[in-house]
Order: sequence, then structure tokens, then C-alpha cells
Amino acid sequence: MSGLAEIGKYFFDPQLMVKALPTLANGLWVTVKVSVTIMGVGFGVGLFLAILRALDLKYIGKPLRFLIDVYADVLRASPYLVLVTIVYYGAPFLGVRFSPFWATVATFGACLSAFAEEIFRGGIEAIDKGQIEAARASGLSNFQTLWYVVLPWAVMVSVPPLTNRTIAITKAVSLASAITLPELLKQARHLQAIYANPTPLVEAAIIYVLLFFPLVRFSLYLEKRMGSSG
Amino acid sequence: MEAFAHNFLNINVLIRTHGFLITGLFMTLRLIGFSLILAMAWGLFLSVVRNVHLPGLNTFIVFYVDTLRSLPILVLLMLIYYALPFVGIQVPAFTAAVLALSLNGGAYYAEIFRAGIEAIHRGQTEAARTLGLNYIQTMRHVILPQAIRVVLPPLTTNTLEFIKATAAASVVALPDILRQASQAMNSTFNPTPLTGALVLYLLICLPLVQLIRRFENN
Repeated sequence: MSGLAEIGKYFFDPQLMVKALPTLANGLWVTVKVSVTIMGVGFGVGLFLAILRALDLKYIGKPLRFLIDVYADVLRASPYLVLVTIVYYGAPFLGVRFSPFWATVATFGACLSAFAEEIFRGGIEAIDKGQIEAARASGLSNFQTLWYVVLPWAVMVSVPPLTNRTIAITKAVSLASAITLPELLKQARHLQAIYANPTPLVEAAIIYVLLFFPLVRFSLYLEKRMGSSG
Repeated sequence: MEAFAHNFLNINVLIRTHGFLITGLFMTLRLIGFSLILAMAWGLFLSVVRNVHLPGLNTFIVFYVDTLRSLPILVLLMLIYYALPFVGIQVPAFTAAVLALSLNGGAYYAEIFRAGIEAIHRGQTEAARTLGLNYIQTMRHVILPQAIRVVLPPLTTNTLEFIKATAAASVVALPDILRQASQAMNSTFNPTPLTGALVLYLLICLPLVQLIRRFENN
């Protein structure tokens, strides 16, 4: 029985749970703010790169495509924690100092943009060639075809894999606790140190599950409905 | 440009600290080896058990899989490494990392293997069973070989993410590539070892990215 009492005391202390809640809520707010900013950067840059790649510009089209591919491959192959460590602890050696918030946004935003670019590219390349020919035949320019015909469709089919990827990256934001970003996990660790009791950590874990469980379910539903996976 | 070369591509620093990086590399490879095998085995086990369709057990497996998919790997790792000692369970950093990665990775692999198993027509199971194979034999010799081939692309994608996630172990002071590189940076006041760490990860992960590209193009 003493084992159960210990678990109750150290993992689920109700008083401590209530006391920890305001600080954890602050941390959650930072997690949400940073995640939304990352999504803005990631989707924006990713779409821009995918369009740049699809435009197939004269002369520079080929080297540009190569550069975009290298960018996407390197960022997809790098662990977030390594990149964010380089940006946060390495950049000051060059006289550039990022706050933890912007170091996180820069790193994770760049990574999300690499995944988003690949997903959008897949959507653009998967479109029925007949649609492009029809649009061109009815007088639309190359760019107009891309903007009004190809992109709306490409963005729509990109929604399920992009949702998956965004959930994964938002979860990975907890890694930014290692560069002292005061997000949910960092705050939980801080409270654990103050109270010498890991209840806040357990509470943070519960908050993460409550937050992401519905999102994970939703992304599975999207995948099933739209019949694609990322 | 010169400042960049001096701080991020400094050969002298790299020569001085290569020992750190190599020990770190071996630690990371050991971590990947252990946890990847356990995660895949655990995921395969869950998906095979789930396919038996025992009502109570399936609810539990679905709950486990979705919960673990909702929990960031670092949170799980910290629960194991920092919270369990309070109730008298001390886990060394390496074991904690392997445990966290396997429990988490197993949930993802379970989903993937399940999709593969469900993609194989039921008639094959029925035919194999009619021929006298038991459930385990049917799975092992008929269903799984085909199922794994079907899910090779998501399997590769997931393995890439899995390997990248192993860097989180550095947070619990496991002397892996990243941890060793950070220490080398602190002792030389030069972040070139971090570049070295990134290059080592790229050497491991870029082939997988290329493989994923090939799957996507087919």
C-alpha cells in the first residue's frame, strides 16, 4: 500500500496540481504562440518554395530546383534538437543572438517549410495534366494556371499530410525546453525542481495528451477520408 | 565569412575534438540499434495482437497507441528519468532513453503494421487457415511478408523520424553525438563540433531521405 501512497504523493498530489496550474498555463500559452508562428513561417516559406519550383523559370529553373531539393533534404534529415542548439548556442559566435522564442521559430519554421515544400510539390505534381492543358487552352498564362487551377487543388490534397507533420512539429517544440524556452515542459521541470515533486511533470504530460489526443484522432480521420498519408 | 569559417568550419578544433564526436557517434548508434529493434518488435507485437480482435484488449491497444502518439518523446523520457526515482525506481540514462524511444516508437510502428496487415485481403488468412496453418504461422509466413512490403514507404519515413528523435537522449545527459559535441563546444569555445554533430546525423539520415524520395517518385 505504501507504494500506491508514494505514487499518489509524488505523481498526483492534488494540491500541487492546483498550485502548478497557472505556471503550466503560461507555459502552454508559450507553446501555442510559438507553434502558431512556426506554422505561419513553415507553410508560407514551404508554399513559396513549391511555387518557385513549379514555375520552372528560364535559365535559373534547374539550379533553383536543385537548391530547393538540397534545402528540403538537409532539413528533413536533421534532428530538431541539433539544429536548435546550433542556432541558439552557435549563432552568438557570429555576433547574432536569438531569443529562445525566435531561435525556436527559425529552426522549427525552417524544418516545417522543408516538409511543407515537399508535400505541396507532391500535390502540384499529382494534378491531372489535362487540367493544365485545358487551362492553358482557355487562355490562362502559365502563372495564372498555377495560381487558379493547380494550387487550390494541390493545397487541398496537402491538408492531411500537412496536418500530420504540423502535429509532429508542435509536439517537438517541447525540445526547445533545452534552450530555455519557457514552454509547457520547461515550466513543468522548473516547478518540479522548486517543489521537489514530479507532480507538475505528470500534469504537463496529461495536458499534452488532452491537447494532442483529439488532434491525432482528427488527423487519422482526415487521412482516412481523403485517402492519403504523409 | 571568415568568422563563419573560424567558428563553424574550424579544422583545428575538429581535429582536437574528434574523439568526443566519435565516442558520441558510437553511443548514438548503440542507442539507435537497441531502441529501433525494440520499438519495431513492440509495434509488430501490438499490431498482430490487435488483429486477433479481442474486444477489451483492442480498446486498450488503441488507447495506448493514441496516447503515446499524443505525448512528446521528451516528456515521456523525463517522466521515466526524472519522475520514477521519486517512487524508488532509478533508471540509468541509457535504459531510460531506450525505454522512452521504444514505448513511443512502438505506438507509431503498431499503426503502420496494422495498416499493412489490413491491406492484405482476408481471403488469404482464410485460405492459410484452411490449409492447416495456425494463427501465428499464417501471420509469419503469409500475411506479414506481404504487409511489410506494402508499408515500406511509411516504415522508412517513420524510421527517419525515429532516428532523429534519438537526439533527445542528450537532454538526460546521455553522452550521445549531440551531448558530446556540446561539451566539446564548451571546452573549446568554438561551435565547430556542433557542425560535426550535424554532419554525422546527415550521414545517417540523408540516405533514408533519398530512399523516401524514391518511394515518392514511384
